[in-house]
Amino acid sequence: MTDISQSGAPKHASSLLSKDARTAKRNRAESRFKLYGILAIAVGLLMLITLVYNIVSRGTGAFTQTFVTLDVTLAEDKLDKNGNRNLDEIKKVSTFGYAPLIKDAISSEVEKLGIQTDLSAKDQAAILSKSAAAQLRDYVIANPDKIGETVQFRFLANSRVDGYMKGRVSRESIANDKSISPAQLDFVDQLVADGVIVKSFNLDFIFGADASDQRPEAAGIGVSMIGSLFMMLVVLALALPIGVAASIYLEEFAPKNWITDIIEVNISNLAAVPSIVFGILGLAVFINYMHLPMSAPLVGGLVLTLMTLPTIIISTRASLKAVPPSIRDAALGVGASKMQSVFHHVLPLAAPGILTGTIIGLAQALGETAPLLLIGMVGFIASNAPDSVASGLLSPNSAMPAQIYEWAKRADPAFYERAWGGIIILLIFLVTMNTVAVILRRRFERRW
Amino acid sequence: MPTLWLVVSVLVLAAIGYVLGRKRALQSAGGDVRALHSLPNYYGLNVAFAALIPALGVLLIWLLAQPMIVENSVSGLIPDEAIPEDSTRGLVMSDVRRVASGLDFAVEQGAMTLAESQSLKAEAGDIRARLGEVGVALGAEVEAEVLDAAQRYRQMTTTGTHAMTLIVALLAVAGLAIAYARTHKDFRARNVVERGILVLLILAASLAILTTVGIVFSMLFETMNFFGLHSWKDFFFGGTWAPNFRGDSELSILPLLWGTLYISFVALLVAVPIGLFAAIYLAEYANKATRSFAKPLLEILAGIPTIVYGLFALLTVGPMLVDFFGKGGFLGVEWMAGATSVLTAGVVMGIMLIPFVSSLSDDIINAVPQSMRDGSLGLGATKSETVRQVVLPAALPGIVGAVLLAASRAIGETMIVVMGAGAIAKFALNPLESMTTITTRIVSQLTGDTDFASPETLVAFALGLTLFVLTLGLNILALYIVRKYREQYE
Amino acid sequence: MNDMARVERVVDTGQAKITASDVQVHYGDTHAIKDVNVNIGDKTVTAFIGPSGCGKSTFLRCLNRMNDTIDVCRVKGNILLDGEDIYDKRVDPVQLRAKVGMVFQKPNPFPKSIYDNVAYGPRIHGLAKNKAELDEIVEKSLRRGAIWNEVKDRLDAPGTGLSGGQQQRLCIARAVATEPEVLLMDEPCSALDPIATAQVEELIDELRQRYSVVIVTHSMQQAARVSQKTAFFHLGNLVEFGETGQIFTNPQDPRTESYITGRIG
Repeated sequence: MTDISQSGAPKHASSLLSKDARTAKRNRAESRFKLYGILAIAVGLLMLITLVYNIVSRGTGAFTQTFVTLDVTLAEDKLDKNGNRNLDEIKKVSTFGYAPLIKDAISSEVEKLGIQTDLSAKDQAAILSKSAAAQLRDYVIANPDKIGETVQFRFLANSRVDGYMKGRVSRESIANDKSISPAQLDFVDQLVADGVIVKSFNLDFIFGADASDQRPEAAGIGVSMIGSLFMMLVVLALALPIGVAASIYLEEFAPKNWITDIIEVNISNLAAVPSIVFGILGLAVFINYMHLPMSAPLVGGLVLTLMTLPTIIISTRASLKAVPPSIRDAALGVGASKMQSVFHHVLPLAAPGILTGTIIGLAQALGETAPLLLIGMVGFIASNAPDSVASGLLSPNSAMPAQIYEWAKRADPAFYERAWGGIIILLIFLVTMNTVAVILRRRFERRW
Repeated sequence: MPTLWLVVSVLVLAAIGYVLGRKRALQSAGGDVRALHSLPNYYGLNVAFAALIPALGVLLIWLLAQPMIVENSVSGLIPDEAIPEDSTRGLVMSDVRRVASGLDFAVEQGAMTLAESQSLKAEAGDIRARLGEVGVALGAEVEAEVLDAAQRYRQMTTTGTHAMTLIVALLAVAGLAIAYARTHKDFRARNVVERGILVLLILAASLAILTTVGIVFSMLFETMNFFGLHSWKDFFFGGTWAPNFRGDSELSILPLLWGTLYISFVALLVAVPIGLFAAIYLAEYANKATRSFAKPLLEILAGIPTIVYGLFALLTVGPMLVDFFGKGGFLGVEWMAGATSVLTAGVVMGIMLIPFVSSLSDDIINAVPQSMRDGSLGLGATKSETVRQVVLPAALPGIVGAVLLAASRAIGETMIVVMGAGAIAKFALNPLESMTTITTRIVSQLTGDTDFASPETLVAFALGLTLFVLTLGLNILALYIVRKYREQYE
Repeated sequence: MNDMARVERVVDTGQAKITASDVQVHYGDTHAIKDVNVNIGDKTVTAFIGPSGCGKSTFLRCLNRMNDTIDVCRVKGNILLDGEDIYDKRVDPVQLRAKVGMVFQKPNPFPKSIYDNVAYGPRIHGLAKNKAELDEIVEKSLRRGAIWNEVKDRLDAPGTGLSGGQQQRLCIARAVATEPEVLLMDEPCSALDPIATAQVEELIDELRQRYSVVIVTHSMQQAARVSQKTAFFHLGNLVEFGETGQIFTNPQDPRTESYITGRIG
């Protein structure tokens, strides 16, 4: 033993103040390793910044829109030939009947301003959205007494014109575009100079309905927002009570046996089942088997409820677990039943935690898209906001994320701006919900 | 919705029961609350529950069971010879259902009177046209057997619904009456109510099981239908995915599985190193300030909905990759045809999974006892040597679990691949080509015009079931590993 | 009082290995160590005793800069190892810790094989040129850790599978394997049963021939059994430092006496 120790391994550097080569090398490895960590975090944060920058820079455009202000003469001979203001007769005039009025209006505007252009009246009117005639018609039907007068209207500009105003469309990019010509863009420049065409805030994007794929300028996210709202109501009304009830049973009453074990394993696994599988379940059970209406927010809400339940159960159980047993013992000690101790004491103390978990679960459900595709909540579905709670639940509608997906799928790139804009709105909701959850947690967090 | 009204009436009845029960209990005690066994509310609740629970329970079971019973008895009506060669009983039944609901709809819309709808004859041959008028599209002319069965189906459904309404209403009233009669000051109302609540709690907890059972069965039945129409050998072992709505499709899962696994692999290749190093830095090096700043920021990435990542893939990452690898790109190569590719979807999915890997690994690294680090540092190891040679090996099982969970996420992810991966099913190695995945195909087979009698639609259920089994297996394995790991250090 | 008999031996203190002067340690706002001056001799066992929270472990961890790993900890004053300031900016704590090894309160073998546990230090410090040399170091260290005979047939078995006493001796062997000059032991027997404690104490006495050993202990009997010098800490102050026999039989400070007789602590 002694001889081994005498032969000894090489000793360490004699002085601590001088670094040996090996230590220097090891220190370099150390710095490298640390650098990898910093790089990894930097990459993650960079991605976040890129994502946010992308969303904001590409989406804010959706909140402004190009409008054309025109004085339209609501000619009686075209809109109400008999002159008796009979609403049924006025309704017989289709949007085609209104097109000449718009053409006249734009021609007279051009004349008034003294703009020189070779464009035909039809090409001039083509800078307006295809929804202009419908807008005019809706107005006339609502106000038949205005027929014969000249009224000022604010029409949406065509999406190409809007894109030109926002820098998305240029004279080079429309080389192969049949729907707009460089001459029309020159015309637009002139109208802009005269203040007829202006870009302003677009409330209709936030509150309006989706539009057909010919009219990206008219599309809004408002109606699908209502669809999302109804789904969230269903989720809240079902997932919260069921989730809390299930958690109370599992945490407070369940005997330790194999059935409880199975339920617990089941819940943690359900939390990790891909969301699309819940969509298949919804399609098979709620629509094909129970014959609930396709595309209805009620069905969407039911699917999202099943999907959110595990999240809510897991967080509720955590907050129930955080209530110390002494509280239960105290209640039982004064003669309360087990049920009373739970409902009177434990549950109120756990409420902030439960609420936080529920809000986070709801936020998760709000952003979920895949299952909604399978139950038909995607596509150009609803052009009007529902008029009652029942129709809100049962009549076909989309939801915010599904609407965004729908826009992203369409061919016209003008819809992409809508999609990014929709994401801004969706994220505002999510950020608000998560902030509320964080505030609740901070405010009511209790350390026992 | 008559069912809705039924539920509302039962609820109203329960509310009335609550008031009555409470009143009667107080009366029996002569208005002295102390003479009651339980608090007065419990007597009210007892009556309300008695009206509510049996009635709604029966309603729920009835609603679930009736379609099954009707279906079984109606499908017995269809003679074997009425089932075409290339079809199955299940598919004929879906025709029956469609005709029946079409007729109901026509009556509802006022296009037909009730009597008219009941006396329709298939020989008249205009059912398809008349239903078409109200917007119900039928695939083919209605056969006499199908029409008979559909009429029978409607009749049974109507009878069933009437019976259900009657029975539920009777149950509610009877429950109310019995509980009301039993209400007396010595009645142990609290115990009964609490037992009732416990039953409700148990039911809520079993919903989780019910969901799983629902998932499995809903997919299993349709999958069996699918395998009735399409060879399972082709599904599992064929090499081509080529759905063809004229029939004669080749529907093999293998090319889809390849795309799914390839994209998941790329995603993990991005997420695991970045997530793991970020977790190591946060757990071992970062001071408190950095940690409290970087960790929540990274976790924001996990809270962003997948649709946002999908859009990011489709409109930002894809075009950017094309700028590098596409025609006329910076690299001068022409390796990439469109914006959708394995790399596009994989990279974006990887970004999404970074916080998933990092926060799970962070927890796991933190669970390694400090004494291990002290032991290593005390021997003169540097921090990185400690991490690489002591902490990581100790945390390895947990990290493997985390990676498996991330993999299961990647395999089941839908929106990113729907928007970023493409639609071409093939076996290829080039990550710049577009490929498709199981989830993408489920979406495309089940959206738009679906015909639940064709293998092209039904294959989605077989794909879904495979996906479910795959992710479930990964999850169970991962959760098992992580749990074992935690027990080791507890 | 057999234990006391040992202390009577003549102590060969040699020259000072570690010289600490005016050492102050702050944990955030807490002043954990106040003005500690102490000389730790070579080839001597020095025991730090004192009630819980008196700062003895904190001071021990200053001697190989283990406190560096705690963010809020600040150390002032001079600690010289062989005349070199270990808190000098040029000193790499990694090199220092190779010279000043440490054994912890709870046995903390790595989740590796017994062999790899012992080979860990030599590997990271590059002490062995080849496998044969490494084998030799491992065997030698395990012998010095007085555990060779128990584990020589199962060097590939995990270190975590050993009993508590064996694990602690494995950790000592692991510390010895890096050829340190000083060995710090932070309550090495507190998690062990009496038999394992006796084995470790015997081992400490053998280690004295080669190393300067500093041991923190809450057991006065243990200090009396194994050490030649004893330092008594109280509330962050070094109250008394001297020959173990003298401290236990004839303490100069009333606080030391109170502690020894069991009135404080």
